[in-house]
Amino acid sequence: MTVTEEREVGSPRRRKEDARLITGRTMWTENVVLPGMLHLAILRSPVAHARITHVDTSAARELSGVVDAFSGRDVADIQGGLPCAWPVTEDMVHPDHPPLAVDEVRHVGEPVAVVVARSRAAALDALAAVEVDYEALPVVLDLEAALADGADLVHADKGTNRSYTWVFDSGEAGTGEAVDAALDGAEVVIKRRYRQQRLIPAFMEPRSVVVDPTGDQYTIWSATQIPHILRFLVSAITGTPEHKVRVVAPDVGGGFGGKLQVTPEELIAFVAAKRLGKPVKYTESRSDSLVSAHHGRDMIQDIELAARRDGTITGLRVKLLANMGAYLGLVTPGVPILGAFMYNAIYKIPAYRFECTGVFTNTTFTDAYRGAGRPEATYAIERIMDELAVEVGLDPVEVRRRNWINADEFPYTTVAGLTYDSGDYEAATTRALELLGYDELRREQAQRRDSGDTVQLGIGVSTYTEMCGLAPSRVLGSLRYGAGGWETASIRMLPTGKVEVVTGTSPHGQGHETAWSQIVADQLGVAFDDVEVLHGDTRTSYKGLDTYGSRSLAVGGIALYNACQKVVDKAKPIAAHMLECDPADLEFTGGQFRVRGNPDNGKSLADCALAVFAAHDLPDGVEPTLDADAVYDPVNFSFPHGTHLCAAEVDTQTGRVAIRKYVAVDDIGRVINPLIVEGQVHGGVAQGVAQALFEDAVYDADGNLLSGTFVDYTLPSPADLVDIVTDRTESPAPDHPLGTKGVGEAGTIASTPAVVNAIVDALRPYGVNDIQMPCTPERVWRAAQGGGA
Amino acid sequence: MTRISVTVDGVRYDDDVEPRTLLVHHLREQLGKVGTVVGCDTSNCGACTVLMSDPDGRLVGVKSCSVLAVQADGREITTIEGLAGPGNTLHPVQRAFHERHALQCGFCTPGMIMAAVDLLSENPDPTDDEIREGLEGNLCRCTGYQNIVRAVRDAAAAAREAGTSAEPEPPTVEAVDAATPDGGLPSEGTPDEAVPQPVP
Ligand code: FES
Ligand code: FES
Repeated sequence: MTVTEEREVGSPRRRKEDARLITGRTMWTENVVLPGMLHLAILRSPVAHARITHVDTSAARELSGVVDAFSGRDVADIQGGLPCAWPVTEDMVHPDHPPLAVDEVRHVGEPVAVVVARSRAAALDALAAVEVDYEALPVVLDLEAALADGADLVHADKGTNRSYTWVFDSGEAGTGEAVDAALDGAEVVIKRRYRQQRLIPAFMEPRSVVVDPTGDQYTIWSATQIPHILRFLVSAITGTPEHKVRVVAPDVGGGFGGKLQVTPEELIAFVAAKRLGKPVKYTESRSDSLVSAHHGRDMIQDIELAARRDGTITGLRVKLLANMGAYLGLVTPGVPILGAFMYNAIYKIPAYRFECTGVFTNTTFTDAYRGAGRPEATYAIERIMDELAVEVGLDPVEVRRRNWINADEFPYTTVAGLTYDSGDYEAATTRALELLGYDELRREQAQRRDSGDTVQLGIGVSTYTEMCGLAPSRVLGSLRYGAGGWETASIRMLPTGKVEVVTGTSPHGQGHETAWSQIVADQLGVAFDDVEVLHGDTRTSYKGLDTYGSRSLAVGGIALYNACQKVVDKAKPIAAHMLECDPADLEFTGGQFRVRGNPDNGKSLADCALAVFAAHDLPDGVEPTLDADAVYDPVNFSFPHGTHLCAAEVDTQTGRVAIRKYVAVDDIGRVINPLIVEGQVHGGVAQGVAQALFEDAVYDADGNLLSGTFVDYTLPSPADLVDIVTDRTESPAPDHPLGTKGVGEAGTIASTPAVVNAIVDALRPYGVNDIQMPCTPERVWRAAQGGGA
Repeated sequence: MTRISVTVDGVRYDDDVEPRTLLVHHLREQLGKVGTVVGCDTSNCGACTVLMSDPDGRLVGVKSCSVLAVQADGREITTIEGLAGPGNTLHPVQRAFHERHALQCGFCTPGMIMAAVDLLSENPDPTDDEIREGLEGNLCRCTGYQNIVRAVRDAAAAAREAGTSAEPEPPTVEAVDAATPDGGLPSEGTPDEAVPQPVP
């Protein structure tokens, strides 16, 4: 057993990444410039559904500086199709998804033709010279209409707009009772329909890709979250041997799931570079990004909750319609399925049924967006818990308390079949209530109600859990996901005692370089500044499963920890040899091997690193290296949880919502770096609040994206948000040697229902029991006038 | 093509540009000033913010995607790459962004820092609300802005304490050269900054 002093882990280290980011020395993909590099521009469909009757790129090819121009038809045989790695059912309908449309376009923004030219401006100019004729086809937008008999079809050859129906039933699975009986005999049944509006991840760095075919490998720089998965799939799709493909994700400017994709644009650039034998770059404009990078959410949720009069839940039935968009992206069908395990949330529910139908429409395809399935689930259950509280006349906190899993009941196997590892919902909730000043605000609310104040006060409660640390490979396999869930780490001990860490995770804002350095510093007893973390280039990090689903620390952190232990184990016989003692007599603390009972006599890890470098005097049979690799496959998900409370003032005359106080108490297990954790919570809450109040990707009746620029797709600005209060409770993860869980998605999952519950709570006296998101002033005002929303 | 002369981060550049070329593209593609980035095509995000001298020679924040390169003829421009002082001493706003963890992916950061410098040169002692209003033209998807507001507040206080303004010194070539892997952040001990600690 290695003894380490924990000096770094737990401390709010300032990030090492910052040095380059605050001085403009960053390597974005768009910064890549190569000799002879050409620029690619993409002509996108202006219509939602049409047959392409004619395409002619010859005029464009004549223009000065234009090197190549081609359409989907020109490359139909070689461009391959985009992958879906998650066929959730055996009979899932999975339409072909060509990078460049060949005969038909199925959403506005779908790539139709490309121009490659000497400069970006020349390529963009030449797009105007590409001729395309479209013959309009009926546009499918409404989820319910799309499933009706005789509906117009997005993919005529498939004969249906239904992609799949996926069911989980606790009675059938043996994890609980049958839900029908529970609902039929219930004392209280609450039925609601909630709509998850469509959102756009809107990472700040537009997607960009450079493909260089001039070396011994195809090198692909891409603003992606998933360099390793991209390499594997580019190889599989194009038939290029995997060892001939190198992918580099340099500095990547945010992702939020939006860059968890193998994109048409990446494959188009690959095809162009291969055709021309020259490096090719494509960087999207923001308008292109909003219309073509995958969207998120967009579901209709029908929820039925059965309970006894005392507020005890007896059953839950969930029926979802999930908008796939026109095609299936990398994990599109699986996103709502991740939610299937989370509708039961932190509650003890005896009977549960979940049914989800994926539906095709003539819109941009959807896929993962921060939380992926879990925010939707949490929203629905936390909204309906408030309705239950009203129905049975309990405080919303009390109704939750009566149903949640108690701290002494962990590990707890839920009705959805997952085993929650640890938690203390009471502790987090108590802390949150205290920080908010709950009782006092309730009193103020009562006063405002009594006096008929035009500005009403509402308090929204959201208690959540989530599953993070995607994921045990066997579980993924049982869910028909195409890959495993392990992660890797390698440690290279340099002769001078400095350390290079290679991680299979691929950070794009999460601060892995800092957090990983903190872990290594403690485990190896080296200085924080003596650790360099390398990632995102398959030449150095050839194996990994990248960053999404709050998995990097929860899974990759264990691989890193294990790799550190291996380094120490390798160094020990070498230190013993130098100290002329038995390895069993050595202990390792603070980077030093010391003979037990003789603290003055020691050798550092750096001494051992130098010794293996020289290799002049090593014990017989010892390999001259301290380097170590580790691959870790998690044994379970980890389950962070927390309680978020929002107090909002709602002006009944203007519909304006002002968040007065927002408290987030999260329990994410042990914390490596509280500063980074706080930042993740801030940003996560901001995105969740944005869903509640601001953001909406809207299509008109013809399938045009109305919110196609930052003018109309309204990301909150600094003036739109307020400071929040954060705190933590701590239930260490039992399966993680460092006790950590994950935090990347917590804020987004928790905050949306907290805000909407607050608004609805404020307007209860006006007969309001729901408001459609985003809760714009107009909707809130209408609701307050009794006009519904 | 039009001939323009622009001084960027202390260096004069004379170039022929197309009349339609945006300043941000001139900076990035012709001058290699890739620290300044493009985040949108509707002047909403502020990622491209730089400081440009007005006719009186005062440096003011501009969105370089909304300025034509020809409009920058004869002007001085400071980008994120020229903000640090001699020997790569960080500008108070840069330092505060680091201290306060006011960036995650860092894509908005060059524009956000330049906008904050601009804001503080107008208002050296802003309230939190004034900071939020003042940075309204800059979007960040990662941070929720809370730490950005803290950082700007801290930078203002630091500048006032030091009796200097947060307005940047004209950059020198030496300062820019120091921006190398070993010219980065000053190394620090383990900080003991007060952040929320878990309740027992
Ligand atoms: S690039 Fe968005 S405002 Fe200039
Ligand atoms: S730090 Fe990522 S957009 Fe601001």
